[in-house]
Amino acid sequence: MSELIRVRDLHKTYVMGDVEVPALRGINLNIERGEFVAVMGASGSGKSTFMNILGCLDRSTSGSYLLEGQEVGSLSPDEWAHIRNHKIGFVFQGFNLLSRTSALENVELPMMYNGLQSQERHRRALETLSLVGLEERTHHMPNQLSGGQQQRVAIARALVNRPSLFLADEPTGNLDSTTSAEIMALVQRLNAEQGITIVLVTHEFDIAAYANRQIHFKDGRLISDHPAEDRVKSRQQ
Amino acid sequence: MWLMTLRIALRALRRNKLRSFLTMLGIIIGVGAVIAMVAIGEGAKATIRSQIASLGTNVLIVLPGTLTQGGVRTGSGGANTLMDGDAKAMMQELPSVAFASPALRRQDQVVAGNLNWSTLAQGVAPEFQHVRDWQVMEGRFIHEGDIESAAKVAVLGQTVVDKLFGNDDPIDSVIRIRNIPFRVVGTLAPKGQSSQGTDQDDTVMIPYTTMQKRLMRITHVQSIVVSAVSADRVQEAQEQITALLRQRHRIGPDRDDDFTIRNLSDIAQAATSSAQVMAVLLGIVASISLVVGGIGIMNIMLVSVTERTREIGIRMAVGARSRDIMLQFLVEAVVMAATGGILGILLGIGSSEILNQWAQWPILIRPDIVMVAFLFSGAVGVFFGFYPAQKAAHLDPIEALRYE
Repeated sequence: MSELIRVRDLHKTYVMGDVEVPALRGINLNIERGEFVAVMGASGSGKSTFMNILGCLDRSTSGSYLLEGQEVGSLSPDEWAHIRNHKIGFVFQGFNLLSRTSALENVELPMMYNGLQSQERHRRALETLSLVGLEERTHHMPNQLSGGQQQRVAIARALVNRPSLFLADEPTGNLDSTTSAEIMALVQRLNAEQGITIVLVTHEFDIAAYANRQIHFKDGRLISDHPAEDRVKSRQQ
Repeated sequence: MWLMTLRIALRALRRNKLRSFLTMLGIIIGVGAVIAMVAIGEGAKATIRSQIASLGTNVLIVLPGTLTQGGVRTGSGGANTLMDGDAKAMMQELPSVAFASPALRRQDQVVAGNLNWSTLAQGVAPEFQHVRDWQVMEGRFIHEGDIESAAKVAVLGQTVVDKLFGNDDPIDSVIRIRNIPFRVVGTLAPKGQSSQGTDQDDTVMIPYTTMQKRLMRITHVQSIVVSAVSADRVQEAQEQITALLRQRHRIGPDRDDDFTIRNLSDIAQAATSSAQVMAVLLGIVASISLVVGGIGIMNIMLVSVTERTREIGIRMAVGARSRDIMLQFLVEAVVMAATGGILGILLGIGSSEILNQWAQWPILIRPDIVMVAFLFSGAVGVFFGFYPAQKAAHLDPIEALRYE
């Protein structure tokens, strides 16, 4: 396995008026390709800030972040957009699908920004939707889909550009436990079958249990980093 | 890329059909007003121009000066200083003068058979036809021979033909003016109303010599109408006529002219320039409403950017660059403005056609103005869409994704 992420002495400080609020105070972390990492911690522990920096949505105050060996902290906003488009797939707690836009078109959205021909976009979107088990729902609008189905569309959208890093921010936060288990089974399967590197933020231990490595944040510091104990082995669908 | 952005924009606008339409309404009314106002203004200008052209091109009118007798001044045209020789001399001696004809006029009762009609009798020379650029419809105009012999012949205007002969052929019939019989030798093509609203076809033309001897018993002429060889030599003709008449009338250098020259092209210019001012004013008022329409677009685009903050965040998270977001909102604004522009053009053309049909207002729709109005509405979209689009493009993706 080769190294995907290398973070060294990462600091992030928010300035609120005259007060400086440190959110991250020196994070060091390596993540290999193919890992499935659960990031845990209470609210305000800095885990969301860390995710935003990993996802090239936010800039660190100091320290270094190498993605596939490339220092990304110093890149321009357009280069960030390019990285988000090509190397990173996001899944959010609130699904964040475009309303009144079909599942298929939602999945096509990332490809609108990398110049793929519409036939190729169409083909890949359909392929990815069937990967998440939604080949029957391609023309449904988000409000015609259940929460679990909406999250599957979001997962398909995150995967469609074949990213090297899949970031999920509390992906089951809005779902009931049965649906949560289904989604987590899907994520685990993607990790196992497609070899996609997954970083997942959660504060629930039973969700974190799907991962093969768990790291804990507290007050902007990494306090523990260990393989998951009694890892959930979901039935392979 | 462009096609896709256009599709995204069209879909966004379709989602809020009523709102998009109401936003466009400002531009529709603005562009419609520009098109209609300019059509009316240009129509008025064209009408004035054609009325002036019907008076004859490059025309000058020479009138005798005033006469003071015992402290009483007669007013313009009161003196008996102009002679028919003056007209002939102008044509022979002045290179800038194309044609010159004496013109005597009086209102007279004209009788034909058992019908009679009060009309303007004009005593003219053959050159009059060329000065006024007036076509003969049937028969002939007055000859040089008619002038020499003071022949009792007449050429009838179209209105007089209608009133005295109806559908009968008037050629070679006899009409009577003050009991003197005249043989009708020709009829004139209709010329319509003058710019003052008088019917130019309500006239009878006879040789000016006949008018002088038989009807008025005078030896001078009331006026001379002159045409310059071209429009840009009217001024030169006016100067040369002044010099010639001063010399012929033996007016010393310290005395005033005993004639006045009226320049029809000056009158024409005044009339068209007032129509021009009118057209410009109407255009400005209409342009203001177009700008107001643009502000409406800006307002709605700002609302739309706020409403769709989360959408912008999602697009950024999946890899849209600032300029992609910028382009998307800019294209939306331009599509809205340009669609409004096209509808406005249709509205403008439609409403000016209605005014033309119902109120008989003359209109002239100029394709270049239509084109300019369309491009201007597009430019309004770019201008007023720029700020909202920039606002959208500069949103922080994290904030935008969190926006409720």
